[in-house]
Amino acid sequence: MHMMYFTEQPMSAYDEHAGLAYGATALNFSNSYFDPNEGSRLYNEYLEDYLLAEEYGADGIMLNEHHNAPFCMQAKTNVFAAILAATTKRVKIVILGNPLPLCDNPIRMAEELAMIDMISKGRLVPGFVRGGGQEQLASGVNPAYNRERFIEAHDLIQKIWSEPGPFRWEGTHYQHRVVNPWAVPMQKPYPRVWVPGVLSKETIIWTAQQRYPYIALNTSIDHTKEIWKQYSDTAAENGYTAGPENFGYLIRVHVQDTEEKALQNARQFMWMQGEFTGLAHPVWANPSGYFSPSGRRNFVQFATGRAINPRGSPSFEEQLASTMIIAGTPDQVIEKLKYVVENTRPGIMGIWANDGNVSREDRQRCIKLLCGEVMPAVKEFGAKLGLKDPFEANAPVHLRYSTDLKAPVKAAAE
Amino acid sequence: MSVVWTDTVKEIAGTKMHVSRAGSGPTVLVLHHDIGTVDRLPFYDALAAKYDVLVPHHPGWGKSERPQWLRHPRDMAAMHTWLLAEMGAKDVSLVGLGFGGWIAAEMASQSPTTFHRLVLIGAMGIKPPEGDIADQAIVSYIDYPRSGFHNQDNFAAVYGDISIDQLEQWDICREMSFRTAWKPYMYSQTLPHLLGGVRTPALVIWGDDDRIVPISAGKAYTGALRNATMTTVAACGHFAEMEKPAEVAKLVTDFISA
Repeated sequence: MHMMYFTEQPMSAYDEHAGLAYGATALNFSNSYFDPNEGSRLYNEYLEDYLLAEEYGADGIMLNEHHNAPFCMQAKTNVFAAILAATTKRVKIVILGNPLPLCDNPIRMAEELAMIDMISKGRLVPGFVRGGGQEQLASGVNPAYNRERFIEAHDLIQKIWSEPGPFRWEGTHYQHRVVNPWAVPMQKPYPRVWVPGVLSKETIIWTAQQRYPYIALNTSIDHTKEIWKQYSDTAAENGYTAGPENFGYLIRVHVQDTEEKALQNARQFMWMQGEFTGLAHPVWANPSGYFSPSGRRNFVQFATGRAINPRGSPSFEEQLASTMIIAGTPDQVIEKLKYVVENTRPGIMGIWANDGNVSREDRQRCIKLLCGEVMPAVKEFGAKLGLKDPFEANAPVHLRYSTDLKAPVKAAAE
Repeated sequence: MSVVWTDTVKEIAGTKMHVSRAGSGPTVLVLHHDIGTVDRLPFYDALAAKYDVLVPHHPGWGKSERPQWLRHPRDMAAMHTWLLAEMGAKDVSLVGLGFGGWIAAEMASQSPTTFHRLVLIGAMGIKPPEGDIADQAIVSYIDYPRSGFHNQDNFAAVYGDISIDQLEQWDICREMSFRTAWKPYMYSQTLPHLLGGVRTPALVIWGDDDRIVPISAGKAYTGALRNATMTTVAACGHFAEMEKPAEVAKLVTDFISA
């Protein structure tokens, strides 16, 4: 089992009242509230945290990227990935992920990732995402072609990593005269790609068609099981059997020496008014064309205040009760994580451990307990359940490298 | 006098396009807004009292199929010209509403002598010299059309309580606007340079309270077209044909029939 440490890298030193007064903490919330001196302090502290996570035994550091919002300071995930490539020795650098549709030049993306893979001596996991709706608006990228751009950029990067250049690319969204970057990944056939997600059925199906692991982002246990079923059905249609090495799960966990302190800090998981990505108008989060057309009718009602948020907005207490958030002493957290692991059976687990305004001292204590005590116990438990990660299982990097394909199982008629 | 409308479907560029038609006389092609159109409007009826009026749904909007390949209002201009040819219409006058005005201006620039009259009402399509075209991407489905009315009672008179079907349609319209006019948003950088060739006499109409397309764009259109005059409608927003149907219809018919 692969266990990794994650934080959104919150820009916690902003004026919360200003955000509440404006009524939004994303996209259009003014960056005049961003204090670069505090930004400098936080970037460096978060880097320190990552190094501590490696020192105390995490298998991986999970990174991500968002734009125009205090909930996440990483505006370019490859920047932190490059820093970690040079400053860590052992951990996997897991990018979940680079928002491909935002990228106007997938060749540059392939180059940057190849550089990071080489600098890290083959420790990169370059995951890909569609990017949130707000990211499209923040980057001026057409949300209506988001999925097409995601798939085409992926296909181009995959070709760059698996076929020698030069070649020419004449696609729908990308055209390149000469594709021949002089930087290629060290890992062969190419670095493992993991794909995180939460809502979209189309992404689950596409990910299973590639045989890439799918990382469910803090979904409920029931919803996670539905995702696994969708993935497994698609895997069968493509001739392979999905196992724990295909599944990852991210969960919010905060550990301290006392339950009281853990709960107090865990409340910070709600710091963006309970919304991961901050307060925002629904049409910012889901610009037209970005969302699956199957959700259109429900969404327009939610976006105009006629229906409740389809994702729900459970309270902190409700999320504790449903294990969407876990907080406590190492022993308490281990017991709850065992329950989650037993019920979701992932080969990859991301622990989102610190959010909002948790002090540096408490963050570091959390990391020490989490990576030093909780992760080894959970990994041991996972091993007993036979939960292997893609490295342990030596899983094919992509469907095309499979040697175990069976006759595809046709999808049952709906 | 009640106007009888008939709906037909024409296949244009492999796409089934929906067209409403009524009236008789010289043909007038009405090109609707970015927010689509309701099936019947007093403005359409007023025109149909004097003309053979065609109101197609743009490809991808309303009841017309979406061509996946469609990328630009200029593509739509070619499709609407094709549609006119398919229907055997000649000496057609173009009435372009907002976004539809952009398409009408593209059609006129591609065929400088073909059309009888060109009417642009709050037309998008060129970068306003002052101000920006309002961005619908960051406001709700209801707030955007509302912002195009000077008087909110007029919005309510057209859209009533706003059905879920209407909201869904506005989302589809918005998606099509993004698919065809995302960047630069709602204008062409080349169109202003092509308008000078248009021989068709043009009338540019603007609501004096158009909060979606700044009136500076209307002045720029009037300057770029070789034979254009401009007039404003008082106490009127962007959706002038819905807000002041009788007044705008009179301006249009007086101009076309002159």
